[in-house]
Amino acid sequence: MTIYEQGASDKSQAAESAYKIDLSHRYLIDNVFAFFTWLAVAIAIFVLLVLLWDVFSDGFGRLNWQFLNSFPSRKPEQAGILSALVGTIWVMVTVAIITFPIGVGAGIYLEEFAGNTWFAKLVEVNINNLAGVPSIIYGLLGLQVFVRLLGTVPEQAFGVNLTGGRSILSGALTLSLLVLPIVIVATRESLRAVPDSLRQAGYALGGTRWQVVREHVFPLALPGIMTGTILALSRAIGETAPLITIGALTFVSFLPEGLRDSFTVLPIQIFNWVSRPQKEFHTNSAAGIIVLLVVLLLMNATAVLIRNKFQKKVT
Amino acid sequence: MTSNTPESRASIWNPNRQTNKLIERVVKWIFGAFAFISILTTLGIILSLIFETIAFFIELQQLDGKQIWDFFFDGRWTPLFRSQGFGIFVLISATIMTSGIAILVALPIGLLAAIYLSEYANAKVRKVVKPVLEVLAGIPSVVFGYFALLFVTPLLRSFMPFVEPFNALSAGLVLGIFIMPLIASLSEDAIYSVPQSVRDGSYALGATKRETVLSVVLPAALSGIVASVILGVSRAIGETMVVTLAAGQNPRLGFNPFVSVQTMTSYIVQVSLGDTPAGTIEYKTLFAVGMTLFAITLSLNIFSFWFVRRFREEYE
Repeated sequence: MTIYEQGASDKSQAAESAYKIDLSHRYLIDNVFAFFTWLAVAIAIFVLLVLLWDVFSDGFGRLNWQFLNSFPSRKPEQAGILSALVGTIWVMVTVAIITFPIGVGAGIYLEEFAGNTWFAKLVEVNINNLAGVPSIIYGLLGLQVFVRLLGTVPEQAFGVNLTGGRSILSGALTLSLLVLPIVIVATRESLRAVPDSLRQAGYALGGTRWQVVREHVFPLALPGIMTGTILALSRAIGETAPLITIGALTFVSFLPEGLRDSFTVLPIQIFNWVSRPQKEFHTNSAAGIIVLLVVLLLMNATAVLIRNKFQKKVT
Repeated sequence: MTSNTPESRASIWNPNRQTNKLIERVVKWIFGAFAFISILTTLGIILSLIFETIAFFIELQQLDGKQIWDFFFDGRWTPLFRSQGFGIFVLISATIMTSGIAILVALPIGLLAAIYLSEYANAKVRKVVKPVLEVLAGIPSVVFGYFALLFVTPLLRSFMPFVEPFNALSAGLVLGIFIMPLIASLSEDAIYSVPQSVRDGSYALGATKRETVLSVVLPAALSGIVASVILGVSRAIGETMVVTLAAGQNPRLGFNPFVSVQTMTSYIVQVSLGDTPAGTIEYKTLFAVGMTLFAITLSLNIFSFWFVRRFREEYE
């Protein structure tokens, strides 16, 4: 074998190894890879099941009428979530009342009125950025603006307290700012799904932009907007950190009577119980989690129901 | 009936254009103001953080033997003790550690799950699994905190007895599970939107499915995947309840995952739960820490934005 021939055969060997067909080996790796992708999903589902099983096995026995209908207490077996449940309802209703008109209005403005102006672009970039801001930062904003600037400071200066300091109103305003982008984005998407021919028809009849939106576009987009709003609320209902930061109380043994009363909510009550050393309080927190998850599930089910029932296909 | 005479419905045929135009203008202004609220929110966040942060630095300099750079280079974070230390890196190191563990968990699982859903699963499985991931994503973080502290930590301690009751490892693991659905769902969107023709081209060259996915589809979806991972990291850095409950409140410099540490977010919770009067330096640290957290997540955001624009593949 000459050197030249040897070199050529080396080359062809190298080439052969680069283009090794060896299908059975490659298919084996393929199957292993496919198995791992499947395993990742299995792990996700498994963790979800373990989490639910852990919470339910810990807390289900504690769940009874007395638990739902009692105030927190130093004695774990007497403690309940009444004030947290009522506080949650107060906050959620207030958040809904604030977010729905503002979010929908802003969405309608950006989608139907603003067009491609610099203002619309600025708001759009801004909403994207806000989505990446940690929720606890909103808590600091709420602490500074709603609790101090509109609460404590004017109270010390003039004796008027606009928000009531660490109150339901301050908490609801903070959470509203947090979830507003979700409602705005959902509104814009459902408005975008309404075909343009409908608007053209409205204009052809001599309607103004607002009349067309109010009478034709908005009613068609409403189911999507409702779905988005409920999803935003279900995000707000689980938020704990911003409310701790603005100073929602962890031990409330009274029911709020107005927007400017202090309050607690379910996640804070749960957090409070988890962070105590006694095991009985952990049981209470598990039971509280079950209540929270059931409320969330009901909200999500409502959202899905609205989407399925009312979303007509417009062509 | 004759009540609907043309006269009684004349208003429909003679619309008051002046009023309509006025209403239109008013509505436009009001809704524009609503849209402006989102900009006000950003301004509010930045202003309330900056003012108190500046006040913090001014007061820090007036303390005995403290300089501004102590905030960055001091090895202790003990603003609530008598001998005060203000080394933010203590909190940052804990945050990096918990988020790092989280991304080690969330990236492989989330990405593989995304590949399974978009490339391997049939329509029926997809229809079941996607909602399951959405449920996982919708669970409040305080529930994950419960899970980390009262399930994962005891589990870890059963075979690693040297792990402290509060530790960064358990917090990081559960944080990973918390952000995994986000990475999975966003990556899946990115992978799914790679056009079929790209895959077909790869098959035509004799590649197997795995080779196609790993060397053709994933690179094509890279910008979306990276964006989802950065969003996941940013979520992990800002997440509060899991690290507060499971990692504890012990400000410690270093990267030992088996001991209790304090992240930036859990420090904010610790101070908020206490009775720190407004105006004190302890109160101002809240905003200095918040400012640091905001700066980190904002730069991640901007980087992700830049990366997506730079590396996005456009298909016709």
